[in-house]
Amino acid sequence: MEKSSHFSLLKHLLKSNIRQYGMFIALFAIMIIFNILTKGTFISARNLTNLYLQMGYIAVLAVGMVLVIVAGHIDLSVGSVAAFTGAIAAILQVKMGMPTLPAIGITLVVGLLIGAWQGYWIAYRGVPAFIVTLASMLIFRGAVIGITKGQTIGPFSESFNRISTGYLADFANIQGIHVTSLIIGIVAVLGYAFFEWRKRSSRKRYGFSLLPIPIFVGQIVLVGALIMSFVMSMALYKGIPYTVIIVVALVALYTFIAKKTPIGRHVYAIGGNLEASRLSGINTKKTLFSVFVSMGTLAAMSGIVYSARLNSAAPSAGNLFELDAIAASFIGGASASGGIGSVIGAIIGALVMASINNGMSLLNIDISYQYVIKGLVLLMAVWFDISTRSKGK
Amino acid sequence: MHDYILEMRHIEKSFPGVKALDGVTFQVKREDIHCLIGENGAGKSTLMKVLSGVYPHGTYSGDIVFNGDVQSFHSIKDSERTGIAIIYQELALVPHMSIYENIFLGNEIKKNGLIDWNESILRTQAALKRVGLSDYPDTLVGTLGVGKQQLIEIAKALAKNVKLLILDEPTAALNEDDSENLLRILKELKGEGITSILISHKLNEVMAVADTVTVLRDGQTIATVDRRQQKLTEDEIVRMMVGRELNQRYPSRTPQIGEELFSLKKWQVFSDTAGAFPVIKDANIKVNRGEIVGIAGLMGSGRTELAMSIFGRSYGQRFSGECHYKGKPAHHKSPRQAIDAGIGYLTEDRKEKGLVLIDDVKRNISMASLNRLTRMGIIDSNEEVRHADDYRQKMRIKTPSIEQKVGNLSGGNQQKVALSKWMLTQPELLIVDEPTRGIDVGAKYEIYSIMNSFVEQGNSIIMISSELPEIIGMSDRVYVMHEGRIVKEILKENMNQDYIMRYAIGQGDHHGEV
Repeated sequence: MEKSSHFSLLKHLLKSNIRQYGMFIALFAIMIIFNILTKGTFISARNLTNLYLQMGYIAVLAVGMVLVIVAGHIDLSVGSVAAFTGAIAAILQVKMGMPTLPAIGITLVVGLLIGAWQGYWIAYRGVPAFIVTLASMLIFRGAVIGITKGQTIGPFSESFNRISTGYLADFANIQGIHVTSLIIGIVAVLGYAFFEWRKRSSRKRYGFSLLPIPIFVGQIVLVGALIMSFVMSMALYKGIPYTVIIVVALVALYTFIAKKTPIGRHVYAIGGNLEASRLSGINTKKTLFSVFVSMGTLAAMSGIVYSARLNSAAPSAGNLFELDAIAASFIGGASASGGIGSVIGAIIGALVMASINNGMSLLNIDISYQYVIKGLVLLMAVWFDISTRSKGK
Repeated sequence: MHDYILEMRHIEKSFPGVKALDGVTFQVKREDIHCLIGENGAGKSTLMKVLSGVYPHGTYSGDIVFNGDVQSFHSIKDSERTGIAIIYQELALVPHMSIYENIFLGNEIKKNGLIDWNESILRTQAALKRVGLSDYPDTLVGTLGVGKQQLIEIAKALAKNVKLLILDEPTAALNEDDSENLLRILKELKGEGITSILISHKLNEVMAVADTVTVLRDGQTIATVDRRQQKLTEDEIVRMMVGRELNQRYPSRTPQIGEELFSLKKWQVFSDTAGAFPVIKDANIKVNRGEIVGIAGLMGSGRTELAMSIFGRSYGQRFSGECHYKGKPAHHKSPRQAIDAGIGYLTEDRKEKGLVLIDDVKRNISMASLNRLTRMGIIDSNEEVRHADDYRQKMRIKTPSIEQKVGNLSGGNQQKVALSKWMLTQPELLIVDEPTRGIDVGAKYEIYSIMNSFVEQGNSIIMISSELPEIIGMSDRVYVMHEGRIVKEILKENMNQDYIMRYAIGQGDHHGEV
C-alpha cells in the first residue's frame, strides 16, 4: 500500500518537473549517441575535460545571459565586449607588463562599467535592450580593432594562461586518479546531503509536508551520483581545471542570488509583469540596471577566460559568442517573453551545444553540417519546451 | 412549439481531474436575449468554447443543433461561417489599425486577389451605423475608449452576417453610460433578427435586458426561466447560482470611526505625458481610521490617477497641494516608500498590473513584502511558505497548492491572491480599485468580509468602484469625481444610485440638492 503511494508520488514529481528533467535526459541522450558513434572516445575523461574547457567562456556568458532573458531583455553585445575586455587584459599585461591579478581586476571593472553604460540607457533612458546592445556590439567591435590596431596581442604570462589551461594541484596521484579532485567531489556530495537534510528538518519544524524518506534518500543518491560522475570525468584525467572551478563558483553564486535573495526574485518578477512589480514596490529600474552590470562583468570574465585559453587577444575574438550564450539559455528552458529560466538550465544548454560541437568534430563532420544541426537542435529544444508548457496548463 | 435557434443537448466535457460540463442542456429561442449566469467555474466559458469550436467536435460529448442542423465545429472559423460569433472580455482588436482594417481582419474582402478597401469602408460604415457609432472608418482603434471598442467588436461580428452573438461579460470594463448603451444596442439588434447570449455577473443588467435566463452551477443546468412567462427576482437568481441562501449581498458592519489617518488638501496632479496638464484638480479628501471611503465616478474621471498619485506618486510628474498621513506631511516618492509607510494599492486590472500570472501563488503573495521576509540578505523560504499558506486558508483561496501558477486560478481566486499580497504588507491604509470586477457573487461576499474585518481593526480603506450598489453597500462616505474634480461628498444616509450618478455625470448642481 505504502509502496504504491510512493510510486504515484514519484510519478507526479516526475510529471510536474518534466521540463527540468527533460533537459538532463536530452543531454545524456546526446552524450550516449556520440559515445556510440565515436566508439567510446566521447565519454572519456580526456575528451570530457576538453569539452568543459571548450565551453568555459560560453558558460560564463550563459550564466549572465539567462538573467537578462528572464528580465525580459536580450544582450547582443557580449561577444564584442568579451573581445574588447580580453584585449584590455592583453594590453595591460603584454604591453604594460602588469601582473596577472591587477590586470584581471581592472579588466573586470572595465566590463562592469560597460554593463553600467548599457544598463543606464536601457533602464533609465528606456531605449530597448535590443537596440542598445546592438549599438554596443558595433561600438566595441570597432573599439577592439582600434586598441589592438588590428594585431593579435600575446603571449600572456604563465599565471594568466593557467586560468584556462591549469588544473588543481594534486598531492597524491593514486592509480591515475586525481586525489584532490576526488576529495572535493566527496565534500561536495556530503555538503549537498547536509544542506538537504537541514532544509528537511527546518520544514519539519514548520510542519510542512515532507517527501517520504525513500524518495528523499533516492534524490540525494541520484544527485550525489551526478556530482561524482562529473568530478570523476575530470579526476580520471588531469583533475579539475581552474576554468571549471570558475564556472561552478559562478553557477553556485548566481543560483543562490536568483533563488534566495530579493534582487534575484525581483528579476523574475519584472520579467513576468513589469507594471505589477513596480506597483509592488520593486525598484524596477535599479533591478534592470544591476542585471546589465552583472552581464557586463561576466562578459569581461568570459573575455579573460577566452584570451587565456588562446594565450592572446585577437581583434576577431568573441565572434558569435552572444548567439551561443542566447541559444544555451533558451535550450535550458528560458522563456523568450521573460520571467522564466534558470542558471542551471542555461549551463545544461551550454553543455548540449558544446557536446554537439565536440562530438561532431570528433566525427569529422563538415562545419557546414555542424551549423545546420546546431540550429535544428535549438529549434527542437524550444519547441519541446513550448509544447510541454502548454500541456502543463 | 418553440423556434430554437440553438439547442445544446447533454453536453459533457472533462479536463484531467475535473468534469467541467456534466450533461448541460441549453436552449436558446430565436431573437432572444438569453442571459447565461453562474459563479466563476460553473462552466459558462467552457460551454461557450464548446459552442464556438474552440474545443473541437470530438473533445466533448453531446449534440449542438444550430438552425435545425446538428453541427460539428472544428474551429472558430467553422462556427463563424455558420453564423455564430463570440466576443470575449479581452478585446481582440489591433490598436494600431483603423476601424475598417479591424472589422475585416482575417475576413478581407478581395477583388482579383487584392483587398478591396473601398468596399471594406462602405460596409464598415453600414456596420458602424447598426451599432450606433458615427466615427470615421479610418479612425485608429487605439484612440477610442473601451466602450466604443466593444461596439466595434459587435460591428465586426455583424459584418460577418452573424445570427447568434455571444458576449462574455461585455460590460465588465465599461462604465454605466457605456454599459447602458451597449445593452440598448443589443435590444435594437434583436429587432433586426440577431439572437444574443449574454454572460454577465451584473444582475441589474440581466434584469434589464434578459428575455430568458439560464443558470449554471457546477457544470449542470440549474434552471432556464423565460421571464415573459414567469417572474424571476435577483434574489432567486443568486440563490440558484450559489445553491444556498445569501441573505445579504454586503456583509454588515458597525462603523467605529476613529481619528483622521489620511488627508489631501488642494491636491493637484499633472499628467504623465509630455505637456503635462492637470488630471486631478484641487482634490480635498479625508479618511478616518475604521472607515471605508468610496470613490465613485465614471471611467476617465481620474479615480485611478488619484489613487496612484497617493500611492507613492506612481502616477503623475508634478504635484501640488498637501498630503497628510498619520498627522504628518507625507512625501512618499515611490511605491516602496508608500508600502513601508503602511499604504497599499490593489490595482484595477489584476492581470495587467496586479499579478505575475506565470509565477506561483506563494511568490505573488510575498512579492511586496520580501524585505520583511529576508534575513541577512537571504529570503527565508520557510517563513514565505508559512505566510502564503496562512493567507490561502484565511482568504479561502481555492488552489491545489501554493505552488500553483496564478494564471491557472479563477478570477475570484486571483483577486484573493492579490489582496493577500497587500494584507501581508500590513497596511493601515488600503486603496482598492474595482476590487470585485469580474468575479462571482460568492467570492465578492468573501472579499467584502475581508475588507470589513480589515477596517474593524482600526485601518482604513479607500474603495474605487464603478458599481454603485457596491459603493452604497460598502462605504461609510463617498466622494464623487467628475473630470478630475471631487464634486461631491455624500454621507451614508444620503446615498442612492440616482443621486451619486447625477454628480458623476456632472449634472449634480443643476438639479439642486436632494
